[in-house]
Amino acid sequence: MALITYREALNQALREELDRDERVFIMGEEVGYFGGAFKVTDGLIAAYGEKRVRDTPISELTIVGAGVGAAMGGLRPVVELMTINFALLAIDQIVNTAAKARYMFGGQAKVPLVIRAPQGGGHQLGAQHSQSLEAYFLHCPGIRVAVPATAADAKGMLKYALRQEDPVMFLEHESLYGLKGEVPEDGEYLVPFGKANVLREGKDVTIVSYSKTVHDSLKAAETLENQGTDAEVIDLRTLNPLDIGTVIQSVKKTARAVVVYEGWLTGGAGAEIASRIYEAAFDDLDAPVQRVASADVPMPYNRHLEAAALPSPGQIVQAVERVM
Amino acid sequence: MALERERLAERAMHRLAEGELLELYRLMTLIRRFEDKVAEMYTRGKITGFCHLYAGEEAIAVGAIHGLYDKDYVVSTYREHGHCLAKGASPRAVMAELFGKATGISKGRGGSMHLFDPVLRFMGGYAIVGGGLPIATGLALSIAYKEDPEVVCCFFGDGALPQGAFHESLNMASLWKLPVIFVCENNFYGMGTLVQNAICQEELYRFADPYKIPGVRVDGMDVIEVYAAVSEAAARAREGKGPSLIEAITYRFRGHSMSDPAEYRSKREERIWQERDPIKRFRNLLLHERRIAPAVLDKIDQEEAAVVDDAVKFADESPEPPLSELTKNVYVED
Ligand SMILES: Cc1ncc(C[n+]2csc(CCOP(=O)(O)OP(=O)(O)O)c2C)c(N)n1
Ligand SMILES: [Mg+2]
Repeated sequence: MALITYREALNQALREELDRDERVFIMGEEVGYFGGAFKVTDGLIAAYGEKRVRDTPISELTIVGAGVGAAMGGLRPVVELMTINFALLAIDQIVNTAAKARYMFGGQAKVPLVIRAPQGGGHQLGAQHSQSLEAYFLHCPGIRVAVPATAADAKGMLKYALRQEDPVMFLEHESLYGLKGEVPEDGEYLVPFGKANVLREGKDVTIVSYSKTVHDSLKAAETLENQGTDAEVIDLRTLNPLDIGTVIQSVKKTARAVVVYEGWLTGGAGAEIASRIYEAAFDDLDAPVQRVASADVPMPYNRHLEAAALPSPGQIVQAVERVM
Repeated sequence: MALERERLAERAMHRLAEGELLELYRLMTLIRRFEDKVAEMYTRGKITGFCHLYAGEEAIAVGAIHGLYDKDYVVSTYREHGHCLAKGASPRAVMAELFGKATGISKGRGGSMHLFDPVLRFMGGYAIVGGGLPIATGLALSIAYKEDPEVVCCFFGDGALPQGAFHESLNMASLWKLPVIFVCENNFYGMGTLVQNAICQEELYRFADPYKIPGVRVDGMDVIEVYAAVSEAAARAREGKGPSLIEAITYRFRGHSMSDPAEYRSKREERIWQERDPIKRFRNLLLHERRIAPAVLDKIDQEEAAVVDDAVKFADESPEPPLSELTKNVYVED
């Protein structure tokens, strides 16, 4: 184990996979000589050269489309989109090609493409640079959606992504890059998709979350503990596949659930999770499932307005109080 | 072509009255002082988020917008403080926006990358690379549709050329002969990537050829040359002859944004470009060719410094937008 940041963990995963498998290569805007907009690929071009770490023009649609083509051609591309906001320029290739190819070609095509993208708000970057768009991809069958919350998961899940066969949206949170955690140095450390992580056991209420808001949920759980409420906190790790089993098991124990995420409240991943809880555990619930998410507004630049738009530990505590 | 361009610029220079020349000098000076002050305020934590400065590129915004009429439209990118000021925005309103205040030009909701003022026909800073070109094309469509006399001037960086939106916009604007001027600010870099590592054709103005529109390359450090090229393109657009592509060669004096130390370029390269400083160069021209007294220009320098100080004071003292208005304006009826 080593205490490293989420960013370093991702870098380590990329290095190990570049070493392990010659088919793995990285491409994206500023991933080479600039070291990546968030420095995740720092030092890789010096170590692996321009063939394995490729700077591209600002052409998101074709970067992703070429990633799909290269994957169909037998490679294992890691495409970095500088931020998720620019995935919207590539959404045609993500939805109409990457996610469809295997099925519409009768199971004969394979697109083992990993699309990495930072997302999230909180840095006053305004409406076009602060989005959390996991729900867009969750909606679409055929593409995996990974949302790691810790340094160890960032490493283990990225390595797993590069070893499985389906296209993956690998969504990192911009606020987590500097977060430190104990990470196994083992080159075979893999965190498989579809296995939620119970980060904190509790008997009174289930808080379900993923990505950055996992940490807000843990903070809220501490406050709640002082108030005498024992919260269980579940990190989903991936939204597709969705480990609803772990959630249902917990809800059957606690009879109360709060879903926390940073996407917009309306039509977000929380709606899907809440529905699954109702479908499987309606009779076990003592209160309606609550959602804590971002306000339904384009992100304002102003500091105070932005803070008010984002979910917070305080709001999670209040939501728990509503179900108790 | 270079010679013809210079002759065109020289004629333009003689056409411009002294008052106009001083106005160009004043605007460039304002933008430089403004950007220097923004950098200072950013360092002091008064301005946050992404912040891309225009220092070094002033001649493009000022020259180009002087080649337009007041009623013409401007569309820009996230590096748009200069375009917005050149279009006539009050430095107070722009500074207040960067401070996130309710008195800001976008009411504190947009920030540095999203300035907007419909009265000035400054139709927005867009932070998705290439995102402004289709908007400009559509604005031009609305003008042609209404048979109005205006034109649209659309600014974007070299980084936008590999985007589909660039090619789709040039094709559509040419096909429909829309009154739009595409001004590419070629400062040689995207963020850290050199143009030649991103674009197969380094002579960016040549991208006009496949779309059958005029394409010219101008010295973007020469305000008069930019002015002359844009006036010509605007006249053409107003006559219903369609769009033009102007590539203005320039250099940003600072990093890509406030968080970029620009380690990918050499000090020597920076020095060479500093020597071509568009403001110093224009000042020399005014002093030596137009025999303007140094005191006149010094006075402008002082006045603009005061204007910027006043803008900071205004921004600092302005109120924050109230929290109760978080969800206001998501829809028109709110
Ligand atoms: C679609 C999209 N992709 C990536 C980015 C991130 N990004 C912001 S500015 C920039 C470089 C743009 O360079 P250029 O167009 O030359 O403009 P300059 O900053 O040099 O004025 C990049 C890659 C973005 N904003 N939008
Ligand atoms: Mg550029």
